[in-house]
Formats: sequence, structure tokens, C-alpha cells
Amino acid sequence: RGMLSDSRVFDAYENRKSKSFIHIHAMKVKVLSRNPDDYVRETKLDIQRVPRNYDPSLHPFEVPREYTRALNATKLERVFAKPFLASLDGHRDGVNCMAKHPKSLSTMLSGSCDGEVVWNLTKRECVRTLQAHEGFVRGMVVRFCGTSFFTVGDDKTIKQWKMETPGYGEEEEPLNTILGKSVFTSIDHHQKEGVFVTCGQQVDIWDEQRSSPIRSFSWGVDSFSCVRFNPVETELLASCASDRSIVLYDMREATPLKKVIMNMRSNTLCWNPMEAYNFTCSNEDYNLYTYDMRYLDRPFTVHMDHVSAVLDVDYSPTGKEFVSASFDKTIRIFPKDSGHSRDVYHTKRMQHVISIKWSSDNKYILSASDEMNIRLWKANAAEKLGLLAPREKAAVNYSQKLKEKFQHHPQICRISRHRHLPKSIYSQTKELRVMKEARRRKERNVRKHSKPGSMPVVTEKEKHVVTVVK
Amino acid sequence: MIDICLFCNQPPTRYWERTEEDGKNDGKKQKEGDNNEQTPQQNNTRTKKGGNGRSIYPFPGSAPVPEEKLKKFRRGVKGELPPRPQYKLRDVVIRSEAASDLAQKQNARYDLMLPEDAGFLEGDEDEDTCTISQDDIVDAVDITAGAKYFNLTLSQFGPYRLDYSKTGRHLLLGGRRGHVTCLDWQSKQLMCEMNVMETVNDVKWLHSEALFAVAQKKWLYIYDNKGIELHCIRKFNDVLRMQFLPYHFLLATASATGFLQYLDVSVGKEVVAICTKAGRLDVMAHNPHNAIIHLGHSNGTVTLWTPNQREPLVKMLCHQGGVRSVAVDKTGTYMVTSGMDKKLKVYDIRAYRPLQSYFLPAGASCLSLSQRGLLSAATGDIVQVYRDVWGIPVTKPYMAHRAKGSVWGVHFCPFEDVLGVGHGEGFTSMVVPGAGEPNFDGLDANPYRSAKQRQEWEVKALLEKIQPELIGLDPSQLSQVDHSTWEQRHEDRVQVLGFDPLAKEKFTPRLKTKGRSSSGKVEKRKKQVAHEDQRDVIRQTVEDRMKIDKERKEKEKKKAAAAGQKSALDRFRK
Repeated sequence: RGMLSDSRVFDAYENRKSKSFIHIHAMKVKVLSRNPDDYVRETKLDIQRVPRNYDPSLHPFEVPREYTRALNATKLERVFAKPFLASLDGHRDGVNCMAKHPKSLSTMLSGSCDGEVVWNLTKRECVRTLQAHEGFVRGMVVRFCGTSFFTVGDDKTIKQWKMETPGYGEEEEPLNTILGKSVFTSIDHHQKEGVFVTCGQQVDIWDEQRSSPIRSFSWGVDSFSCVRFNPVETELLASCASDRSIVLYDMREATPLKKVIMNMRSNTLCWNPMEAYNFTCSNEDYNLYTYDMRYLDRPFTVHMDHVSAVLDVDYSPTGKEFVSASFDKTIRIFPKDSGHSRDVYHTKRMQHVISIKWSSDNKYILSASDEMNIRLWKANAAEKLGLLAPREKAAVNYSQKLKEKFQHHPQICRISRHRHLPKSIYSQTKELRVMKEARRRKERNVRKHSKPGSMPVVTEKEKHVVTVVK
Repeated sequence: MIDICLFCNQPPTRYWERTEEDGKNDGKKQKEGDNNEQTPQQNNTRTKKGGNGRSIYPFPGSAPVPEEKLKKFRRGVKGELPPRPQYKLRDVVIRSEAASDLAQKQNARYDLMLPEDAGFLEGDEDEDTCTISQDDIVDAVDITAGAKYFNLTLSQFGPYRLDYSKTGRHLLLGGRRGHVTCLDWQSKQLMCEMNVMETVNDVKWLHSEALFAVAQKKWLYIYDNKGIELHCIRKFNDVLRMQFLPYHFLLATASATGFLQYLDVSVGKEVVAICTKAGRLDVMAHNPHNAIIHLGHSNGTVTLWTPNQREPLVKMLCHQGGVRSVAVDKTGTYMVTSGMDKKLKVYDIRAYRPLQSYFLPAGASCLSLSQRGLLSAATGDIVQVYRDVWGIPVTKPYMAHRAKGSVWGVHFCPFEDVLGVGHGEGFTSMVVPGAGEPNFDGLDANPYRSAKQRQEWEVKALLEKIQPELIGLDPSQLSQVDHSTWEQRHEDRVQVLGFDPLAKEKFTPRLKTKGRSSSGKVEKRKKQVAHEDQRDVIRQTVEDRMKIDKERKEKEKKKAAAAGQKSALDRFRK
């Protein structure tokens, strides 16, 4: 190999800056020789260069590392889970009802037991106060256009108010007042037309222009607690009655459509805004039931977790989750098709929660409770509020996906499921569990010692429905 | 091909269109030469004319990805879709598979754009590459690459053990007689140099170039890169060999007293000490794929260990006579061992199956595998490098080099074509073209990282430290479905129902008088009943099978009939 130096043939292509590919007679050799300029940033003002190679063999322990990341993400989620944002105080009596503004995210209405209506803004301050009724404000709803709203109260009146604050020197007066025959308990407005519905001793449908109802429904019941328009099939209505039934109506027909009678009374109901053939009702027997309005003979999900009567329910605008308020001083968030809640919110000072709303941007939950406060919660307890940088967003998405991937691993499952509960609720939950188990055991033993087939198995879903009437 | 295309006003052919036929057509066209006006119509079917005569872009859609590239990024095997009634699960599975397919494709595409190519060395037609000396290579390559061949003459405190850091930038040398030094070997910048005034058995970098461990005569010591002694760990005595598991932050040590110990270097706690009961442990390797420690013993066995089990996972008899050295490749597929019987053996450690066995006249004392699968074996003072030892049996080494003294340690440098050799007279850095991975991943091990980047990497790496409990033979087991066995499901069912639905009532023979209940008779009756039961079971299975067969045949018949039948709509079909 003596004649090396003379006879080098430099290949034009291979002799790029850092490559050293050389022919020496027939011996070909190339040795890795990187130019540092390709890998290091040029000036301090640049960001660092990060060359990537996704070859799986350069990234061993892919799964255990992902698992570790998922575990860390789960732990951090529990660390950052601080859902309580603000308490809006100012009412001088328990807050009985709330209403969302259809056009403005920052506006919210609330009605209290001493008949005043307070407006809250996301500045967390009251904007306007007015004495709407004497006695309780039972229900309120904002017109679909957002320019006015209706309230009903214990003084047997329906009042329509302007949304704008009256100018200087102007009197705070309702646009319209209708005096009814009996107390109204709830009100809802049509999605597109100037029609609204109230309930009390019967369900009345009103035209905004008239002072008497255009249609009244009753089906052998004396009082209704809640009535709601379907958000998609806008002519449909559903109401909860005190004879333990849920009645469906079509506004265009003279008679109600059908009703389902349950074991206990339902307090309120809410339609799913995305799958509007489903609705969820909050029941006195501590459960919530999601029904398909076409098949009322059994609910398709029973949502259990509360330890006292459920008073109110509201769906998220995505229709995937809903939030419920209960007499047990907690609020719970349920996925729409899961039997148990994914989260529970409580504070030391919050009393029986009467009304609950999920904000239209899917980020916040508002709860109104007995002790004169309205509380603002995050819908996702660990979510970071405010604008996220793109990298932050990517990191959040990545850890979300990882948590999803490893959600069934026992350690991760245990951490993500853990919630602290007040002692009373914790012990009550335990008690209920014991009772339920005892009942189940007894039934099982009875079945075991009776003639086969004489004790049919009744599923949890079938248990709570008495009958369906058409 | 290209100039013809230009001539006939066609877009150039892309590499993925080059098929066998194209090649043949090429020759034909060249012969035809001048009369190739009609070729566009005949040939290029991908060119389409728009309505107004202008040609549309001829390469619609994204370019196909080569199959072998896709294969490289395939993870696991696709399972069967769940049946249709489970539509929700089915939907989830379909979506996630689509996502992983997309990721695989994107990875494969990105792989085509990697900037560097691997090195290589090719000799003359009848020339062995092993005769090419280091000087020849250095003369042939550029200066920076040539500077990677160097000798450090350290004859006083030798022989030397060595270790490269994970990024391949830093070199740690430990002389038998106490000389410890670490340096940035590319810039030849000395970081520290000292004499610990004790025998040094082994040296090892920890997770970054800031810390290293030295196994000295009695205890294990940890120094920082300034040479300051940070810890003397008295729980670890008489350590002979060390391995560092970078993703677990574990330092595994093998001692002369037969103990295999794991030290968690992130918290400084001993994880486990296992008494191997196998005597002096001076042969050790770790599997980079699953972090399992391989120990070689003087009785010819190789044992596999995890910190979770006090017994070896696997015990393999590899050699007659003692095992001298063990090495495991990056993908965790192959293990190479050399023994006192002068053999070099290659095993598939997924199946524990020997693949190749070579006879080296001098026997190999140290083995090391490079990132791209080159094997270096030290025989006396000669370092031989073999290529592809697990494929076709090799007869000649790829490269060979004579060191100045007997070799004590060999180690391939990560991401470089360099083999470090520690020997009696110092240290030699050898150039071995094609040894190192050409393209590193900046987020994993970046040789060019700044101090800031290193700090950030360190925090991230510590956050995702894998717990020692997760070490096992199959690291991907954590993502697999844990199917409950039939017994488990049955147990759950019994738990729910409160009784065993499948339990059979035990047959108790009735008492008969007049000697008909003698034990022989009772036994006979029992047997009769058991026989009847058995017959029932057999009858049932046969009937079931016949029923299934019949159903299948009917289905096939129906299918055949449906295929032959004409539908009313067929009359509109052309």
C-alpha cells in the first residue's frame, strides 16, 4: 500500500463537506465524521438544534418509560386538581335557580328565595339587582335572542324583563307581567319562537304576545316540578311530576305523548344537547337516570354515587358529560354513559346544592346552594386555565393520551380514582354499600332456595321503573 | 433514463417507479434512440391530461414508503378486530390502529431524510479488509476522522479498563495500579487525572459525564468529573465488574464474593443484593434491550438476573470450561460468549438457541458489540473485529489490529466509528468503519449537547426513571392485555352467584341389602355411572361437532347459490 498518496480519486459526490469517501485503488473507506456546525446552533440567538432519529432500537424500554410518564402525569393531575375558582356572594337568602345567557359567556342570572335577581359577571361581581317577585323566585330563563328574560315566582306571576340595565333615572320595571291562577314552579323558553312553557298545577304553553296560555296539559296530576323544551326537536317537551312520573308532550298535539312512572319522584330533568333523544333526570332515590325517549320502559344508564336526593342536573354543551347537584352537599360529574361519577366537588361551607349549570364554553360549572352563595368551579379539576403555549398544549395532549392508554393499570387506576370525601359522605357511602350488598345477598339466597324460575332476576335498570303509560 | 425523459417532455421518473420492466424498457429506448415520440403515450401511465390539454401533476397523493422501512418501525402485531356487536370497542381499536399506522408511516418517511450514512470499508477484489492497517485508513480519510486513531502510552499503571459515556464524547480510563483519568477524547481535553493508590478493578460512567464509579480494591467509590471523591460505598465490597443501566439509574455490580448488587444512583440506595452462590464474578454484561444482567461463571454457564428475583431467570450452559467474556447486542436478540475452550459462540437469547460456534485458536478474552452489530474480540494482544457473526458463518475478521500490550478491555464508542482498546501499555483508539450508529437522537443521547441541554435532559431522564420492579425478560409486556384465565373467570362467576353452577352432584351409591353393597359391587356401580357420564360427554361433543359441520356446509351452499344467482339489477351491468 505504498502508493496511496498519489492516486487518490476524490469522488465528486461523496466528497461533500463532512463526508470522507475516498477511492484508493480499489479500497473504499468511509468513516463517520460529523461536522459540528450541522449539529450546534449558529448563534446564541437561535434555538438549539435537536436532530431526531425515531429508530425503535435507539429508544429502548418504550413501554416502561411511557408507563412511568403516565404515572407521573396521573400524580401531577391529582396535585393540580384544584377545581374551586370563586364564590359569588351577595344574595341575602338561599339561591333557588340560575339561568345561562345564550349569547354571552360572561353573563349569568340567579334567583334567590327572597325574590331578588342578581347578575354576575366573570369579573365575579354583581352587575344588577332587582326585586322581581315577592317570595321565592322559582324559575328563570333567558330568551333565545338574549335581549330579555322571564322569571316566575311564588307570587303567581310571570314577568318578562329587559336584559339591559335601565338608564339613569329609569324605573326598574318588567316589560310584561302575567298573573296566573296558581304558583309556577319552572319555566323554559322555546329555542326559536316566541313561545314559553311554565309548569305548576299543569303544564301551560304561552305565547309571548298573549296573557293566557295557548295550551294546557294535565294528566291526572296536581303538580309539576320541572319542564324543559327539547333543544333539537323544538316542539317536544318533558316534565317531571309529583306523582313520580316523567311526562313527554308534543306542543302541536292536544294531549301528552306518554309518561313513565318510577319508584320515586324525579326533581328535574335535562335533555342531552347533542343526542337530543336522551334526557337525564335527577331522582329522589339518590340516583340519576338517563332515558332514551323512544324506549321509556327502562333507563339505559343508572348513575349512582350520591348519598342523598339529587336536586338538579345540567348537561355539558358537548353532551358527553353532565353535572348533578345533590342534597348531600356535593356536586358530581358523570360521563353520560357511565354508572359512576368521574369527579366530586365539595367544600366545607357549601350546603345543600339546589341548582347547577354547566357553562356554554364547557369549562366551568356554577353551583347555587342553600347558604346564599354561588360557586364557580372548573369542569376539569386539573385543567390549566388561560392561554396555553403550543408546547404546553402538546404536552397536555400527550399526557392525556398516556393516561388514557394506561388507565387500567392498577397503580394508575388507584391514583386517578382517589377522591377525598367529607367524613359524613364517606361513611354514608359505606353504609349504603353494605345495605345494598345485604339486599343482594338475601335475594341471592332466596333465589337459591326457591323453585328455579320463580324468582326472576331483575336488573338494576328495570328495578326503578313502575310502568309506562301511553 | 433521465435525459430521455427530458427529451420527450416528461417528468423524470421517481425512484419508486423504477421496476424491473422499467429497466428493460430503458435499454430498448436507448436502442430506438431517435424515434421515441410515441413513448409518452405508451409508457407513462401516471401522467394524466386535464380537460384543457394541460397536464395535471403526475404524482398524485403521497409517495409510497418502502416496505422494509415500514417494517423497521412496526411495533407488535395487529390483532383481530373485535366482533361487530362490540361496536364501541371495535371503533376504538380501528381508530388506534389507524393512528399507529400513520405514525409508522411518518417515521418511515422521516427515516429517508436522516442526514448521515454509516461508514464502511471495502477492500480490493481479492484483498481481505483485515489486512488493511489503521495507518492506511487514516491516510485515506479526512483529518478529523483520522484523528480518531491515536495511542496513549501509559505504561506505568496499566493494564487499563475503559468506558465511554452514553453520548460517546467522554472516555474514562482506569489503570489496574490505580491510575484513573477521564477526558473528552475528541478534543483530547483532560477533565481529571488521579491515582487512587489502590487496585482499580473496573470503571464506569454513570448517567452523565459528571459522575463516574470506580471499583477499587475494597470498596466502590463515586467521583465527579473533577476527580473529587463524592461517595465511598461500603455496602459494595470487592467489586470486580460493573454495569450501568441508564434508564433505570441502576449500577449493577458483581463482586469477588459472589454478590450481585444493584445501586440506585438517583437516591443512593442499595436496591437489592443477591448472593449468586457462583463464586467469583468477573464476567458481566447487560442486555440493553431489557436491562437484564448476564453473568458468566467458571463452570461454563451464563446466568440471567433481574433485581426482582433471587434466583437466576435463566441458566445456560454455554462452554466447556469457564466463560471468559459475554456481550449482548443492542436489540437484545443475540448474545456472544467466549470461553476457556477457545470457542466463540453466538446465541439467540429470545429462544436460548445457539446460532453459531467459532473456534479461535487463542481464545477471546474481551468481547464488545457495536451499535451496528460489529463484534470485537481481543485475543492476547490482537484485537479482531468481526462483521455479522450471527448470519452466515464468517471465516475471516473484518479488521484486526495488534495492540502494544495484552488487551484488558475493549469498548465500542457510541455514535462513532471507533473502538477503544485498553491494554498493558496504555490505550488505543482504533478506527473501525461502520461500527457506530450514524444518526443519533437529540433527545436521548446528543454528543453535541450544551450544558443547558444536558441539565434539561437530566431532569427529564430522572422524572421518567423506570422502577427496578419493571425489569423483566419482555419489556413490552406492560402494554399487553392480561387475559384472565378460564379458572379466574369461573371463580368470579362462583363469587357472584354464590354457588358453583358447573359443580356436579357426587354419586353416592344406594345401600342395598343381601350382599349387594359389598365394596366390590359399590365400586362397580360407581364405575358404571362414571362410564355413562363419560359416554354422555362424548355424545354431546360429537353432536356439537356434527352440528357445526352441518351449519358450515349449509352456509357454503348458500354462498355458492348466491354467487351463481342473478340479481334483478344485473341487467344494468355492462
